[in-house]
Amino acid sequence: MKRLMHWRAPALSLIMFLLFIGIWHAATLPTAAPQNVNDEYARLVGKAAATGQKSSFPAPADVGAKIWQHLKEPFYDRGPNDKGVGIQLAYSLARVLAGYLLAALVAIPVGFLIGMSPTTYRALDPFIQVLKPISPLAWMPLALFTLKDSSVSAVFVIFICSLWPMLINTAFGVASVRREWLNVAKTLEVGPFRKAFRVILPAAAPTIMTGMRISIGIAWLVIVAAEMLVGGTGIGYFVWNEWNNLSITNILTAILAIGLVGMLLDLLLARLTRLVTFPE
Amino acid sequence: MAFENPFDPEVTLGRCSCGRHANQNDHEHAAIQDEEQSTARVIEQAALRALFPEGPTRRAFLRAVGAGTALAAVSSLFPLGAATALAQDTKAPIEKKDVNIGFLPITCATPIVLAAALGFYAKQGLNVSLIKTAGWAVVRDKTLNGEYHASHMLSPMPLAISLGLGSTAAPMLIPAIENVNGNAITLAMHHKDKRDPRQWKGMTFAIPFDYSMHNFLLRHYLVEHDVDPDRDVKLRVMPPPDMVASLRSGNIDGFIVAEPFNQRAVYDNVGFIHMLTSEIWDGHPCCAFAVPEKFARDNPNTFAALFRAIVSAALYARQPQNRANIAQLIAVPNYLNQPVTVVEQVLTGKFADGLGTIRNVPGRIDFDPFPWQSTAVWMMAQLKRWGYLKQDMNFKQVAERVFLATDARKRMAELGYKAPESNYSKHTILGKVFDATRA
Repeated sequence: MKRLMHWRAPALSLIMFLLFIGIWHAATLPTAAPQNVNDEYARLVGKAAATGQKSSFPAPADVGAKIWQHLKEPFYDRGPNDKGVGIQLAYSLARVLAGYLLAALVAIPVGFLIGMSPTTYRALDPFIQVLKPISPLAWMPLALFTLKDSSVSAVFVIFICSLWPMLINTAFGVASVRREWLNVAKTLEVGPFRKAFRVILPAAAPTIMTGMRISIGIAWLVIVAAEMLVGGTGIGYFVWNEWNNLSITNILTAILAIGLVGMLLDLLLARLTRLVTFPE
Repeated sequence: MAFENPFDPEVTLGRCSCGRHANQNDHEHAAIQDEEQSTARVIEQAALRALFPEGPTRRAFLRAVGAGTALAAVSSLFPLGAATALAQDTKAPIEKKDVNIGFLPITCATPIVLAAALGFYAKQGLNVSLIKTAGWAVVRDKTLNGEYHASHMLSPMPLAISLGLGSTAAPMLIPAIENVNGNAITLAMHHKDKRDPRQWKGMTFAIPFDYSMHNFLLRHYLVEHDVDPDRDVKLRVMPPPDMVASLRSGNIDGFIVAEPFNQRAVYDNVGFIHMLTSEIWDGHPCCAFAVPEKFARDNPNTFAALFRAIVSAALYARQPQNRANIAQLIAVPNYLNQPVTVVEQVLTGKFADGLGTIRNVPGRIDFDPFPWQSTAVWMMAQLKRWGYLKQDMNFKQVAERVFLATDARKRMAELGYKAPESNYSKHTILGKVFDATRA
């Protein structure tokens, strides 16, 4: 009985998925219409134009076939503007990780310092509050103008956007370490470094990890938009390139890939969070 | 080179072939320098002679002010440095082999793309990376920040950038035009009875960029039909695929844009081709191959090699019998990423118009590389007419700095092609003659 309960949620998910595909399939069933132009003209235009209809949204089978095609050959490279989805995802991931790690290198130490000193925290707070809600794409023109390099700009945009959640969470986590623990450390005459690494860091770790988890989500959201703008390589460029060809099937494939990678990144961070969580 | 080939009859071991230099390398180096200096001399003489055609006046002027002052004065009027750089010899070594060129995935880019597909860049000793770019503003910014050494641009863009319109000012050059014609006005299907622009009041049209021939031609066409492009219609800047999608969703009523997006709208049954821009001005320039002046000055031989590769590709693309094959080459995902039939209909000029008729217009697009300075004067006049350019200036002077017609003629002759003899021509636009020499 208990094992049956365990399977209930996945089964429900599967049913929902099948229902969604079914509705999609039904909605995109081709309507039979006679060709209303001569054969020579029909050869020059798409199927929809030959039958006098609007070109339709792709059916699930079309998208499935396209995904299969990409899965068969994810790493092909036919020139600088035509690379497989796998390579594009790798480029995006590399940019995200570069920007994200740089942000972590800055945010965690700085967050630590301002978390330990309430005065610094209050002094920096207005700046953080103003910079935090700025849309990543608003940074883009400024980055392009000052850094004069589009791939560095993309990394910078990732950096600046993943910085704030980590910074704020680290500061918050450090500031809200229980007073008793700090008092115990004081009673035992623990040195400041030892206090920071053996008492505060473990205590604040779950909060810091939560900030990092929020940040990776934001970074992954941002990279697609940034790459659509600067082009060249990456999954965002792939989406733009296929939009240029008005290929909805390829865009749906890319959307699915973006979602899956985002989910994997989040799962990874969730696992790491569980590692540092402690029972109180 | 550490060792000379001792069996080379040209080499005098220890000394050079003329005996005046320590070895053959020095001799050749000096010969190249001599050649460069004499080129510079010829150009200075030509410039001086052009300014003072009568010998006595010229000599009197030189005696009065001194040669140095004269050279400085002449240089301020005429960019001698650039002209000298541009006239360098074809055999000289390439300064920069790895060149980044930006392009937009449209048929206007055919010469740039074809030069890569046919290996013309490699034949000139260049290693070119063609980078597909998301829009004209991005192309402009990446060219200005030096990521692109040269780029595909709309032909009014180098004028606008040189003048600092819509960006920081940076002198740009157009060594060659990429394509003439090759654009169209597309309307939504439900407007198929509104073929007279007088019925278009209140409509919204998409244009690809402010500084584009599309914008100027559409405005001119509307004015000639008593429609005020600023008051009676709305013009919105949009990337081409967004135009097709917006036409489908009904956000816009029509657009003017480079191919293959007009043909794509027909292919997807969202619009019909109202008219080709060749019906407004047959032979109008559209896109250009643009190079920052600084890059051309610093790398004159690379610049010359790029010119040869692109003009060879353009002249190859002019041949009607090559067009179907070119469509196959450039429609692939690495370049245009479009259905082959769409690109082929643009290049061959045999196309479905979206209303059930097959039209045959062989001149729908052509690849005449000659950068007519008279067309630049027309563009400047439009910039002024529509308020992009506020101050008065000598249009011809700017046109001659940006559109390198004289240079193109010389280089085309070197490649064995005959270019027009004048830099200015009369152009017929909607039945009226435009004469740049009187503008």
